[in-house]
Amino acid sequence: MPRHYRLAAQTVAVLMAIVAIALVPGVIELFALMQLTLFAAMAVLALSLAFIWGFGGILSFGQTAFFGLGGYAYAVAAINFQDSTPAILLAIVIPALFAAILGYFIFFGRISDVYLGVITLTVTLILFNSVNSTSGDAYKIGTALLGGFNGMPSVPTFNMPFDPSTVLSPEQSWWTTAGVLLAVFLMLRLLLALPAGRIIVAVRENEVRASLLGYDPRLVKCLTFILGGAIAGLAGALYVNWGAFVSPTIFSLSLSAEIIIWITVGGLGTLLGPIIGCVVIEYIVAYIGSQQLLNANLVLGAVLVIFVLLLPKGLVPTARDLVMRLIPDSKPKTNGPSVQSAAAPHAAGAE
Amino acid sequence: MAELVPLLKAEHLTMRFGGVVANDDITFTLQEMELRCLIGPNGAGKSTFFKTLTGQLVPTSGTIAFRGMPIAGKASHEIARMGIGIKTQVPNVFNGLSVRENIWLAVRRKATPRQQGPAVNAVLEMIRLTDYADSIVATLSHGQRQWVEIGMVLAAEPELILLDEPAAGMTDEETFHTAAIIREINQTRAIVVVEHDMEFIKQIAKRVTVFHQGRVLVEDTVDKVLADSRVRDVYLGKKVAA
Repeated sequence: MPRHYRLAAQTVAVLMAIVAIALVPGVIELFALMQLTLFAAMAVLALSLAFIWGFGGILSFGQTAFFGLGGYAYAVAAINFQDSTPAILLAIVIPALFAAILGYFIFFGRISDVYLGVITLTVTLILFNSVNSTSGDAYKIGTALLGGFNGMPSVPTFNMPFDPSTVLSPEQSWWTTAGVLLAVFLMLRLLLALPAGRIIVAVRENEVRASLLGYDPRLVKCLTFILGGAIAGLAGALYVNWGAFVSPTIFSLSLSAEIIIWITVGGLGTLLGPIIGCVVIEYIVAYIGSQQLLNANLVLGAVLVIFVLLLPKGLVPTARDLVMRLIPDSKPKTNGPSVQSAAAPHAAGAE
Repeated sequence: MAELVPLLKAEHLTMRFGGVVANDDITFTLQEMELRCLIGPNGAGKSTFFKTLTGQLVPTSGTIAFRGMPIAGKASHEIARMGIGIKTQVPNVFNGLSVRENIWLAVRRKATPRQQGPAVNAVLEMIRLTDYADSIVATLSHGQRQWVEIGMVLAAEPELILLDEPAAGMTDEETFHTAAIIREINQTRAIVVVEHDMEFIKQIAKRVTVFHQGRVLVEDTVDKVLADSRVRDVYLGKKVAA
């Protein structure tokens, strides 16, 4: 019974999300819609780390490396092809390939968690500095000037698939971005319910046991990392589509750190939490940025400290625990294939 | 026809850690369906030998063959896929997952989706954790978690089972039950057990191999080994003294 209820509740929630996405442009102003589009693009980035960290147990400090690669791949390809369709595909494929190469050396080289953090961080810095030093006419790919520190302006935004003459309006861009967010969310939820996803969680729980049962943890983690890279790359394309602009700051360390804050605030080991964390934090940052009363980074740091001390599980798991306590019938024991409930006890240990 | 290939054969196995020789020229043979106990005082080299069998350590020299196929130096998951089930000394279980999910992860490598449910239930029955199927493993007692791990090893349907101190930290009753499980498994499969607890050994053992200072001291039936004065000196004598 509880499982049927859950499925029904989830279906209703998805339908409500679709309706909300469809109706939003009619309700709010263009500026607010643009801001929501940005948040949705960032939330896709949040999902990429939420998946590999919360479920794969891989804490990457350099998720922006894939985000940035996706953004640049999209920009370069869109300028060259003057069509966003193949550019979006490349924005997924190139970061995924990069993640495959990086992941191969990290996981098959049996590099421990701490060094994984250091390597991903360093890779981000290397990319930042490399792209930063590409000023001048010598650095061009096809017809696309990389532009170094100044970045690449006037990147063509999304058009209808294979129809470069029909460029998406801001409303259509919102539908696309929010739709991608919902699709990635549902895809990850589905994956985690399938045997493949449960193996990913098992490897996070205990690598030794997984390998003694015949699963290859190196391969599982590498594939998880690649999928995370592909999603981050797609987020990069969405981000560039939002601003029609990309610069090396897309690789910045502060953004890498922000993703980790989104997930900590929203709840590690969930998919919904990081989306909420991302939107809330980004809204606060944007609001403070426009007021200029306080330094945004100071506030971010304070938020992180408060959450780690008072709500270490994050918003969504805390809210779920509260609901569980209020409804005595729905103990967490009855959660079925317990991917979600499995994630909670791990949250404290992951750091 | 040539002589029967033993299930497991280790020849001239040596393992050095820097200047320490943990295993020194060990030769060990296990037949099909055999139940063998490895005993010896702390530091005798039992665990090192066990870890070379499971692929967690690569021996410095020597060979190990499972049904004639070399396994020394293979990755743990490759050894597992050859049909060797391993329970480690420190319980390695999926703490954040339910008991059912733990067992299912072991079952699904071999069983078709249709067989998985019944197979999981059968294992739960055997390890007496049916009532705890939906509990998160981290919430169980130490003894129950040991059983979860034994259950996972069984669920994978290996042809050889290696158990490292399966009764460690168990109550007398749990130990007794574990011995019953092991005898039951041995009806159909070969088992190697590394153990400290002599009472437990007496409950299960047929043949015993005694390790001492990295070498095999003696290998015989449990009664003869327990009567052997050398074994008393190196192992039982120390235990009484301690």
